[in-house]
Formats: sequence, structure tokens, C-alpha cells
Amino acid sequence: MTGATRTTQPRGTRLGLRRRTWRLLARYAGATILTLLFLFPVYWLFMISFKTPEEIFHSPPVWYPASIQFDNYAALFKGGDAITVWNSLFVATSSTLISMFFGTLCAYSLARFRTGGENLAIWIISQRMIPPIAVVFPLFLLYVWLGWVDTYQGLILLYTAFNLPYVIWMMRGYIEDVPIDLEQSALVDGCTHWQVLVKVVFPMVRTGLFATAVFTFVFAWNDFIFALVMTRSAVTTFPVQVTHYFGAQSNFWAKISAMSVLGTLPIFIAVAALQKYLVRGISLGAVKG
Amino acid sequence: MSVHATAPRPGLGRRLSEFSDRRFKYLVIAPAILIILLIGLFPLIYNLVVSVQNLTMLEEDTSFQGLLHYAALFEDTRLWRSLLHTLIITVIALPSELALGMLMALLFLERLPGRQVFIALLVLPTMIAPVVAGATWRLLFDNRYGPINQILGWFAGEPTPILWTISRDFVYPAILIAEVWQWTPFMFLLLLAALSNVDQSLTEAAEIDGASYWTIFRRIMLPAIWPVVAIALLIRGLDLFRLFDVVWALTQGGPGTMTETISIYTYIQGFRQFETSYTGAIAFLVIVLLSVIVITALRRMEIDR
Repeated sequence: MTGATRTTQPRGTRLGLRRRTWRLLARYAGATILTLLFLFPVYWLFMISFKTPEEIFHSPPVWYPASIQFDNYAALFKGGDAITVWNSLFVATSSTLISMFFGTLCAYSLARFRTGGENLAIWIISQRMIPPIAVVFPLFLLYVWLGWVDTYQGLILLYTAFNLPYVIWMMRGYIEDVPIDLEQSALVDGCTHWQVLVKVVFPMVRTGLFATAVFTFVFAWNDFIFALVMTRSAVTTFPVQVTHYFGAQSNFWAKISAMSVLGTLPIFIAVAALQKYLVRGISLGAVKG
Repeated sequence: MSVHATAPRPGLGRRLSEFSDRRFKYLVIAPAILIILLIGLFPLIYNLVVSVQNLTMLEEDTSFQGLLHYAALFEDTRLWRSLLHTLIITVIALPSELALGMLMALLFLERLPGRQVFIALLVLPTMIAPVVAGATWRLLFDNRYGPINQILGWFAGEPTPILWTISRDFVYPAILIAEVWQWTPFMFLLLLAALSNVDQSLTEAAEIDGASYWTIFRRIMLPAIWPVVAIALLIRGLDLFRLFDVVWALTQGGPGTMTETISIYTYIQGFRQFETSYTGAIAFLVIVLLSVIVITALRRMEIDR
């Protein structure tokens, strides 16, 4: 064991080794219990979506369904409720593409030309931290006037505006991480700024672009309050649809869980894809991970 | 142009490139800034204008009312209570998330088989939509068909029919459990990354000198990761200030108005009571208050960086 010889063990290596094994086992047990605890709600959500109504409304609760069946999902598609997942997908994807495009351009200017200095950058990121409710109220009145309530363009513009500060802030960080020499030599070689941006900068920050885009998508995908205010029926997104099932009389548990699972699957994919960038992404670039 | 270009005039060439530089740098920020102004400036102005008029769902009175609605804010006990509710949740949730996240980070700091898998699984709650998290906990907390009461019943040795989302005594614990469940992994992930960056030679040296684990943690690790802790607290603190989704899914602010947060109260004033002008006043205050806090905090951190 190289680990045992590396650190000094005054009381003999054998005893130290055994203690270390126990310690590792204890930590392993702790980690497993913690993970099970934290994942139990997710497990429960998924299980309900596979249960029959009799299993769902059974007291004491049934811990796992007798068989995996997809009736609850079929009901969503048959009833047309699944369209809300499509709405979410369309709105989140569109706003992600738009905010990535304009945000990265802006970030390049901030990073390389110090446009507006530190004050502009701070103002931009501060816009992201304003409570949505305070912003969405006047925007709702504006949208009523424009006739944009319950339209795709209305929701897409709103998510774009709300995600742009995040994109600009993150991409500014990623661009600053790249050495400036290549861009300078490209400029000396006669490239225009646009060519430098497309041929030099974008390829070098592509992992940052990807990570930021996935986060931007997740934020739009998970949003509830903007969609709650700005949608009625045509462009209702899945989080709003989930809350529609909370009736006063009966809770449509099967639908709540099936719809929630549909809305959670893309998140699983995002987490799997992001592994290396999670920390940087959620800490607004403060921790490079 | 080509005629001039042949003549050696370095000054003009330089000025031309500077000009295009300047145009380029403003050209590329313009669209983004304009779109951000839609949420950054328009609501502020609109709230201000609306709040000095007298608009409701039924009335279209646009006459100047002065600070009438702002004066009313001070006498609105429901508003101050909703701020208090937000504060209570923040004051309990934030330290709990920090402490739990720290313990988890310390557990995973050393080498552990399959560490990456554990981390990937543990981070899931943080990435799930808050509304879905709230809905999930609503199912878990159900007094008859939910598993929480069942498990509590095993420990208590008798049935525990707790009405988590309805009862006055349990509604806050229910919200806090859901909130802490969702965001402890956030703290965990940030703290783990920060702790992993702490210089190992320092902690090992202290260990050889016979320092206890607690001393090493307090004297070496904590100061080293403090900037990250501060940022994590700021991000989470601001998130908690605008808390809406989880509470909405669990209780909609009930029972009565007992769990109304400031965001829920604003929503109800604007979209249930249709008090347009009054909501404008609340929203204006919230924006101004938050902007000042955020910009001050970010400036300080920028300097620390």
C-alpha cells in the first residue's frame, strides 16, 4: 500500500491500515445512506408514475409498483397534456439559442475591449438577481397591451432577457480564460473582428459555450413564475401544467408524477453532460471547479 | 481610398482601426443590452409610473396620486408579515443548507471509491425544477398515501396522521424540508470544489504537528474557502428572498396567509386582487431594495477576486 507508507504512522502500519479500512468503510456507508436519502423523493416521484390508481391511493403506501406500466403517460399523451412538454422544449431551446448568440457577442466585447468597464458587467449580472415577480408584473401589463400574453414570442423574449445576464457573465469568464495572443495575431494577419470571433474565439471557448447553453436551457426549462403569469392555454409549459393538477377536490397524482418525470428526464441528461462544468455553472463562475 | 493607402500615412490607418474597434465593440453589446433593458429598466420605470396613479382592475384612474400607495405600504401588515415569512425561511434554511452541505463536502473530500457517481446523483435535486420538487414533496407529505407519515409511524410505534401542508405547526417544517433537500446539494457541490482546492501540504503539516481535525478545519480550511462560502451564501440568500415555486406548489401561501412570501404576496396583489397601482409600488420597492443590495455585494466580491 503506497498510501500507508506515504504518511508516517507512529503506531505501526498494520494497525494504521486496519483503522484506515474501517474509516473508509464508514465513509462509504455514510455516503450511501446520504445518497439514498436524497434520492428517495426522486424515486418516489418516478414510482408513482408507474403505479395503478389502486396502488397510488393505498394506505399504507405501496413502496414499489407490482409491474411497470405506462398508462399514466399514455393518459397525458391521449389527453393532449403532453403538448406542454413540447411547449417547454420549444420555448427553452429558442430562448437558449438567441441568448447564447447575443450574449456571447456582448461577453466578447466586455472581455476584450473592457466595454463599459467593471460597472457594466456588474449591472448586467445584478439584473439576473432581481426577483422575477417584481419584473413580471409590469411586463404582463405591457404584454396585454401588445397582445403577447400566451404567445411563444412573448415567453421566448422574456426568457432571453432573463438569461442574457447569465450568458454574458459566464461567457465573459470563459473568454478571459483564453490567452489573447491568438486573436491578436489573427488581427495582425488582417482578419476582421467578426472573423476573429467566428474562427478563433468560438472554437476556443466551445466547451464553455456548451456548458453555458445547457445551463441556460435548464433555467428556462425549470421556470415557473414567468410561465404562470404569461401563459393561459396555448403555450402553457410543463411546470404550470403540473400545478394545474392540484385540484381542490382530488389530486391527479398519476398525472402530477408522470408530467414531473417527463420534465425531469432532460435534467438528468443535462447533469450527465455537464459533470465537469456543474460547479462553475451554478456558482456564476465564482468557483472554477 | 486605394490612392491614399499607397501613401505612407500611419496616423490615418491607426485611427481607422480604432474607429472600427469602437464601432465593433458597441455594435456587439447593443442587442444584448437592449433586451436586458426590457427587464432591467422598463419594469422599474413602469412600476414607478403606475404606482403614483390609481389603477385597479375596475378603475382606470390615471390622475397623479403622489405617494399615496407608498404610504399605504407602511400600514399593510400583510406585506410586512410576508417579508417576515421570507426572512424566517431564509434564516433557518440558509445556515442548515450551509452546515449540511459542509458536512457532506467533508465526507467526500478524501478519496472514496465511486466518488464521481455519488456526486452526480447527489446533485440531482438542485437541478430539478423547483415546482417539481414542491409537487414531489406534496406527494411525500400526504397524510394518508404519502410515505413520510408511514415512516414516522414506524419510529413512533403508532400512526402519525400529520397534515403537513395544512397544519399550522407543520407547514413551515414541510417547506423547510423541501427547500433544504433541494439546495443542500448546491452548497455541497460548491464547498467540495472549494475544499478540494485547499493546499494539502498545509493540512498535512498541521496533522503531523498533532493538530486536531477541528482545529485544522477552523484554522486552515475555513479561511481558505471563505470567499466561496460568501458567494454561495449570497446566491442562495437572493434565491430565498424571491422564494415562490416550492411554497406555491406546497401550500400556495396557506393555511390562510401563514406562509405567504413576499413574491407570493406580490403575485396575489397583482394577479388575484388586481391592485395594479399598489402592486406597482410593492414591485418598485422590491427592485430598488434588491438592486442596491446586489450591486453592493457584487462590488465587494469583485474587489476580493
